[in-house]
Amino acid sequence: MAEPPQVRTSLRMVNVQKWFGSVCALKDVTFEVGRNEIVGLIGDNGAGKSTLVKILTGVFPPTTGELYIADQQVDTRSYSVKKAHALGIETVYQDKSLGEKQAMWRNFFIGREITYPLGFLKVGEQKRIATEIMINTIGFRGKGIGVDSKASKLSGGERQGVAIGRAMHFEANLIILDEPTVALSLKEVRKVLNFVHKIKEAGKASIYISHNLADVYEIADRFIVIDRGEIVASMAKATIGLTELDEFLLDYSHGLKDKVQP
Amino acid sequence: MSRATHRLAFLGRLEGLPIGVVLAVLYLVFIVAAPSVFTGYRIYMSFFQTVPPMLVLALGLTFVITAGEIDLSFPAVMALSGFVFTWVFKTFHAPASGFALAIAAGALVGCINGFLVARLRVPSIMATLATQFLWYGVTVLIAGGLQINIEEIITTTIHTIFVGRLFGVFPVQALWALGLTAFLWFILNRHRFGEAIMFIGDNAEVARVMGINVEATRMWLFTIHGALAAFAGLLLTLEINVFFPTQGQGMLLAAMAAVFIGGTSIAGGQGVLVGTFFGAYIIGSLEAGVVATGIGGYWVQLVEGLVMGASVILNVILGDEGVSVLSRAARKWAAPPEAAATGQPRGDRGP
Repeated sequence: MAEPPQVRTSLRMVNVQKWFGSVCALKDVTFEVGRNEIVGLIGDNGAGKSTLVKILTGVFPPTTGELYIADQQVDTRSYSVKKAHALGIETVYQDKSLGEKQAMWRNFFIGREITYPLGFLKVGEQKRIATEIMINTIGFRGKGIGVDSKASKLSGGERQGVAIGRAMHFEANLIILDEPTVALSLKEVRKVLNFVHKIKEAGKASIYISHNLADVYEIADRFIVIDRGEIVASMAKATIGLTELDEFLLDYSHGLKDKVQP
Repeated sequence: MSRATHRLAFLGRLEGLPIGVVLAVLYLVFIVAAPSVFTGYRIYMSFFQTVPPMLVLALGLTFVITAGEIDLSFPAVMALSGFVFTWVFKTFHAPASGFALAIAAGALVGCINGFLVARLRVPSIMATLATQFLWYGVTVLIAGGLQINIEEIITTTIHTIFVGRLFGVFPVQALWALGLTAFLWFILNRHRFGEAIMFIGDNAEVARVMGINVEATRMWLFTIHGALAAFAGLLLTLEINVFFPTQGQGMLLAAMAAVFIGGTSIAGGQGVLVGTFFGAYIIGSLEAGVVATGIGGYWVQLVEGLVMGASVILNVILGDEGVSVLSRAARKWAAPPEAAATGQPRGDRGP
């Protein structure tokens, strides 16, 4: 999936609604992510973040609305996880990115194995590429961790690093990170944030979802605040400081501030 | 120092090594305790004759357990496949067709198990317990509860191919079981399907978000195990030249024991087929071995329990953590004291 250089947005959603029966999970969502932009998605529990992510990654379709990936409109009816992968959208989950008991080289290629005819694995080639990613993209310098190590030997931050490195290897144009730092120690969170910086450096885009405002503020170029199924604010980092962002969210949750137009 | 470490690391990577050692030690004990029996070749030929059906079952079961599932219905499949074969053979004198139909019947039963587990989401222990009763019931019913003798089978090519005697002494089924072990090892460890099985057993949600068709893989898993169980039933029926409606009973726990002795964990995610191979021979040799040593038949189960218990404990100790602990210890022994004292710390391996 080589991306043509003239692409403007890696993702665009227009008037997306999602109804579960008579419950409206997303009211009317319109937003976009630039080609090399890190967007921080902020919202309380139940605000509609995970519904939004699931529509983006093809887990379920929206009720109405349009979805554009790399400026091309996508048929939301036939959109799926596999299609999302093919279109360069990868997701890094909080806890279901790697098989714990499996070797790293298997974890890199699961679902997208390099095989001979008849489906037998090209183990040598997979290990070679996995080593390359681990050393060059993810920057594993440590002794004792290699492509034959099991995922359970890695720390939480390293695991997320592997998931991000894998996504970058498969030419992801947009990497969605769904609460990637929950349950990690501060040192490990730092590692994950460093990996996200690498996404930016590699010229890719990302949507970063987190409860931790300081983390989001550090890495995102723009913040989108979602509440009760609506995007209530979109602010560029240049226009707002961390303290102001924090105050805005606090005020908003107390209902003191009117809806800010993007 | 580094050479010693390398040598040990190599041993750690050898699949099923600990349990191979257990098997070797066991035979050594038998040779010492009952030299008249265990220095001759006959006892080994009899193991090669009796172990293969159970080994074939255990190979399939290793896949099922690796996927985080269980199958209790395979003994019934052995009976059903034996009946299908003998009935077709008796009625049409078509052993090859009977063989193919018996395998197909096993695959069909497995497919139904797979449907219950993968599509209807019935937990596999419940689904296959039910189908175990069902297919034994069906077999007893259509066989009228009677055994069927098929002595004339020994003149057929099918008999020669699958349970003949190489050079007049060596049971061919042992080679089939060995070949199947090798083939299935490649499927589990070097094929896309085996990798899907391991990831599903490890964490089905991870497998799903990585684009694996979890339901279809589970369907195939049970179908293949059904076909393997049918093959095991055929090896048994062909070898003893008789079908009996309760055949396969007693294989359930033996096959499971072989899998667990071999080092495959009930937790799923990892399967040790080489271990299963050795485990099946341990299980299959214990009774004859203990009796031959002359300590008496009443000791058989006790010794079996001890060997199984020791093997399972060994597997847990030598598991992931165990091997690295051992190799660290060995590094310490091999290193000069000052080097061991300044041994490299583990931490700080990330960026």
